Amino acid sequence: MSSDHDPIKPAAGVSEMGMSGSAGAVELAEDEIQGAEARGEILGRTQRQIAWARFKRDKVSMAALVGSIIVVLLAVIAPLLEAVGLTNTTQGNPALVPEEGSLPSGAFGGMSTSHWLGVQPGSGKDLLSLILAGMTTSLQVAVFATAIAIVLGTLFGLIAGFAGGKIDWLISRFMDLVLSFPQVLMLLSLQLVLVAIIANVMGMSEAAPWPKKLFMIIVLGFFGWPYFARIIRGQVMSLRQREFVEAARSLGAKNGRLYLKELLPHLWAPILVYTSLILPQNISAEAALGFLGVGLNPPAVSLGSILNDSVVYAPSDPAYFLFPGGTVFLMVLAFNLLGDGLRDALDPKADRQ
Amino acid sequence: MSDSSYSGSHRADEHPDERPGGDPAPARDFTRVSSSRIHTLEGERPYLDVVDLKVHFPTDDGVVRAVDGLSFSIEKGQTIGIVGESGSGKSVTSQAILGLHRGTRAQVSGSIYLDGQELLEIDDEELRRLRGNKMAMIFQDPLSAMHPYYTVGNQIVEGIRVHHSDMSKAAAKSRALDLLARVGIPNPAKRVDQYPHEFSGGMRQRAMIALSLANDPSLLIADEPTTALDVTVQAQILDLMRDLQAEFGSAIIMITHDLGVVAEMADDVLVMYGGKKVEYGPVHEVFYGPQMPYTWGLLSSMPRLDRARRDTLDPVPGNPPSLINIPSGCAFHPRCVYRGEVPGDACVSEIPELIDTGSGHHQVRCHMPQERRLEIFANDIKPRL
Repeated sequence: MSSDHDPIKPAAGVSEMGMSGSAGAVELAEDEIQGAEARGEILGRTQRQIAWARFKRDKVSMAALVGSIIVVLLAVIAPLLEAVGLTNTTQGNPALVPEEGSLPSGAFGGMSTSHWLGVQPGSGKDLLSLILAGMTTSLQVAVFATAIAIVLGTLFGLIAGFAGGKIDWLISRFMDLVLSFPQVLMLLSLQLVLVAIIANVMGMSEAAPWPKKLFMIIVLGFFGWPYFARIIRGQVMSLRQREFVEAARSLGAKNGRLYLKELLPHLWAPILVYTSLILPQNISAEAALGFLGVGLNPPAVSLGSILNDSVVYAPSDPAYFLFPGGTVFLMVLAFNLLGDGLRDALDPKADRQ
Repeated sequence: MSDSSYSGSHRADEHPDERPGGDPAPARDFTRVSSSRIHTLEGERPYLDVVDLKVHFPTDDGVVRAVDGLSFSIEKGQTIGIVGESGSGKSVTSQAILGLHRGTRAQVSGSIYLDGQELLEIDDEELRRLRGNKMAMIFQDPLSAMHPYYTVGNQIVEGIRVHHSDMSKAAAKSRALDLLARVGIPNPAKRVDQYPHEFSGGMRQRAMIALSLANDPSLLIADEPTTALDVTVQAQILDLMRDLQAEFGSAIIMITHDLGVVAEMADDVLVMYGGKKVEYGPVHEVFYGPQMPYTWGLLSSMPRLDRARRDTLDPVPGNPPSLINIPSGCAFHPRCVYRGEVPGDACVSEIPELIDTGSGHHQVRCHMPQERRLEIFANDIKPRL
């Protein structure tokens, strides 16, 4: 076999030199490719580059990305701001809430240069500080709950889709079972018992913020994974028919390799998209739970607990209701739009103008 | 044999006829004593010995008999070509040998002995150790058979290390380089870090071959290895496979519908139709003295460059049979133009036995008497080929 004299052009070779038929010429052709790269000519791009280019082109997605980054940054630095004394969620200023029913004095819930969003009725705490701290809590709960849902969903979806047969049946029926629970009612009815158990395990008081946060994380995560597992299962069922999986098996690949190295890389797009879609869902779920009273005990705050507190003041001090409500709205909107943008960018068949 | 009795164990009495020159297949309870038991006749048994292999897929519409009582064998260094139309059970056979039907609903029965070891009986882990190590497969389309997210070198290294966990990554990589060079990929040091999509079709098939050769398998199953390639590259790949076979002495199963490839490569040919072996024998016997109407059809539907051009080719009329409702009697009878030659419509009512023609281990499954087959071939078929 004249192995060194292959007339086949290298796949990306654009040069005529590649045709001349020796290994040397092939090397030359490849040098030329690198030259083309330097001159910025049309070149192969990786999937990631293509997706990023598509994403960048969409202004709404970029705005959502910036918004999401700001939300995350604020949530991350809120405890630091509190620590250095720029915000204060514990000390109120009763002097600012002298009015009857402890409503803040001044327009828009007592907005001023020192309290940009006004103060909390009753305590006179800075509302901006409360909202920032609430964002931290809400995002903590939402992120961890999402992580649990994604990890469980990916794991069970992979196993169900790839193993098939009885294992698939068992996992699928278990998913049906989880999905058929009335989630909110369960949350409300189980909260006392479960929070007590969690607090006990953690060795904390039931009134401390973490047992309640953990309760919300576990419950939201546990009820969230089956939706994702179904998506992953479907993807895996079509992937496992692909020839590269069969080829890997025919080369003696172990199951672990098949799951993690053959299949998982193909699932990044749905994982990414679904993450960005259920994160906002979990943010609003947390707010709703806080609103329904599962929320944290003061002085710990979440957006939900602020909203819960603000409802009674809504007619008399609408600003106290609107600012945290608007924050939830903006957070959810930013993450949702980000998710939509990601889905469009990562789906090669998405409809684009 | 009537169609209604067509199932179950009555075929067990048929398969000894299907095994030219080999020892008769032992009764099942004799072979199925323990899982990885080495057969007592090891040494006499051919390197790969497939006995009465059946692969059936139960579906809502009925049982798909993709492979139905297939027997063949090859020695190391030999090549067998399996030919037939789409859906004749060629690829299913190769998947069954590799055990790729495990964990699916497919029902595989019969025996597959590789180097004396019964592959249908060993457990999944033992089988996994054989795959890619002692037996490997070359796929038709390397672009879809190689993982798009990993470099070619990475895939070869993984392929080596899955069976040689003690080998260092560096050693495996240098072996990958050697392999790529061996299969004729220029500049392997650069190619090893490229992705499959950066390779051209022919280069990719070479890389695929390198991947399957990673652990020096002694049985290589090539499932239409050249179908996706253009003709010049086809010839190079076939050359390469022949060289590698001479070098490593592997047994090769070449699955193809390209009779030219078989003529080029194979020692033996097995013609499959409707999941069954209909003609089998040394290449020169089957190609120069075919005795089964289906093989005649295959050969005369093939364009030939070395003969005067005719206006039309002669396709085999009709379509391949549904494997759920395989025609009664001879599965080929609805398409067979020589059906009238057999008295009493035996073609419709009786499944023909495999008959030794007497030259080599040439076997044919046809109801026509041999003299008549030879006569038809000499008078009608040969002049048209």
